[in-house]
Amino acid sequence: MKIEADRDICIGAGMCVMNAEEVFDQGDDGIVVVLEADVPPEHADAAARAVAGCPSGALRRIED
Amino acid sequence: MTETLQDETREAPTLPLHMRRDGFDPVPDMAAMRDDEGVREVDTAFGMPAFLVARHADVKAVLADSVRFSNESRRAFDAPGAPKFSDEERERMRAGNLLGVDPPEHTRLRRMLTPEFTVRRMRRLEPRIIEIVDDHLDAMEKAGAPADLVADFALPIPSLVICELLGVPYADRAEFQERTSKLLDISLPMDERMDLGRASRDYMADLVARAQAAPGEDMLGMLVREHGSGNDGDLTTDELIGIAGLLLIAGHETTSNMLGLGTLALLRHPDQLALVRDDPAAVAPAVEELLRFLGIVHSGIPRTTTEDVEVGGVAIPADSLVILALAAANRDPRVVADGDRLDITRDAAGHVAFGHGVHHCLGAPLARMEMRTAFPALLRRFPGLKLAVPFEEVGFRAFHFIYGLQSLPVTW
Repeated sequence: MKIEADRDICIGAGMCVMNAEEVFDQGDDGIVVVLEADVPPEHADAAARAVAGCPSGALRRIED
Repeated sequence: MTETLQDETREAPTLPLHMRRDGFDPVPDMAAMRDDEGVREVDTAFGMPAFLVARHADVKAVLADSVRFSNESRRAFDAPGAPKFSDEERERMRAGNLLGVDPPEHTRLRRMLTPEFTVRRMRRLEPRIIEIVDDHLDAMEKAGAPADLVADFALPIPSLVICELLGVPYADRAEFQERTSKLLDISLPMDERMDLGRASRDYMADLVARAQAAPGEDMLGMLVREHGSGNDGDLTTDELIGIAGLLLIAGHETTSNMLGLGTLALLRHPDQLALVRDDPAAVAPAVEELLRFLGIVHSGIPRTTTEDVEVGGVAIPADSLVILALAAANRDPRVVADGDRLDITRDAAGHVAFGHGVHHCLGAPLARMEMRTAFPALLRRFPGLKLAVPFEEVGFRAFHFIYGLQSLPVTW
């Protein structure tokens, strides 16, 4: 799975970090940082939850 | 059926459908409206068309679209029945209120605050939150049973946390707690609530002036230091006042009601209470389920349509109010099985208790941290915690913008 984040859309809610902290982090500004754009299979479920749970729609799954 | 959003008479107003509850639950009429119609036109005292939206998917779609569903209340205030303000006063009330502005203005303000609520920042706060919770449990234990869990635990903990975080003197709490509680009580006359709003602003203006003179290490001090120098894009004094006021209200009125109602819900489900008390891994999902099940923010800020739109197959004209029935949406059978049942072992993560879209609760990570700390600490300290009065005598706050309890007498 591949993940893309739009840092202009992100509101820094931190839901992605809560759902998948191995895949996402927040910078000092609170805005999303993707740690693993190529999501390892063991974190795929968590990453999918993060994409679904993102309030601002900043996360996108670009490849399964 | 007609609903009334605001009522300016002295009598308690008729509660709008989306605020009517039967204990923890939205009333059966609300659930039926969600399941049968999904979207319904309702009346408001403002004299402009309003539509109640209740299905989970529709609620999320509206909240995700800040272009066609605006938070700016300018149109609502132009309606014939709306309270009248001068342009200057209206502009002041709007300044810094993140819930009353749309992007890009909203983005500008929110970006100044996001660094303060990151998951990492919350973890750094955790030891202090644990300490505050323990202090209140110590005081309860020392005073002995019975106790009012709202006055002794649920209200003071989030109040102290937000005071420290923001830089508000905790000594002022009785004053601002009472003001906020009345401000959000729709059974009070509109003019009285407007006066309380002004008093609240005056109080915050004073705090902001002090922070401007000598900025401290708290959030107000940070905002003054980093965004209050009068540079292009910096915060005006009115904006600082608006932001601080919103954070203070949002910071103590919401989590406190979750702690009070949540404890009552767990007391009514002893097997689930035992899980929260005994299994650390059960706590985080339990908090999400309590958020979903209790849906304490009945509806949040109504949106105003900026063009003709369609929601759930219903045509809504431009300049209509859209009211979101968050509590009903959280129990929508299309997304949650048997949603009227509290089940802390379910995956409740899709709830809209914190909203959705760009206005998703800024303080959600703080609220989660407080609840994940406070619930298990309370239940471990008092393993025999129980109601000190029959359940039927527990008073719910029916007319409040945020659902909660008047008090919660407990013993142990």
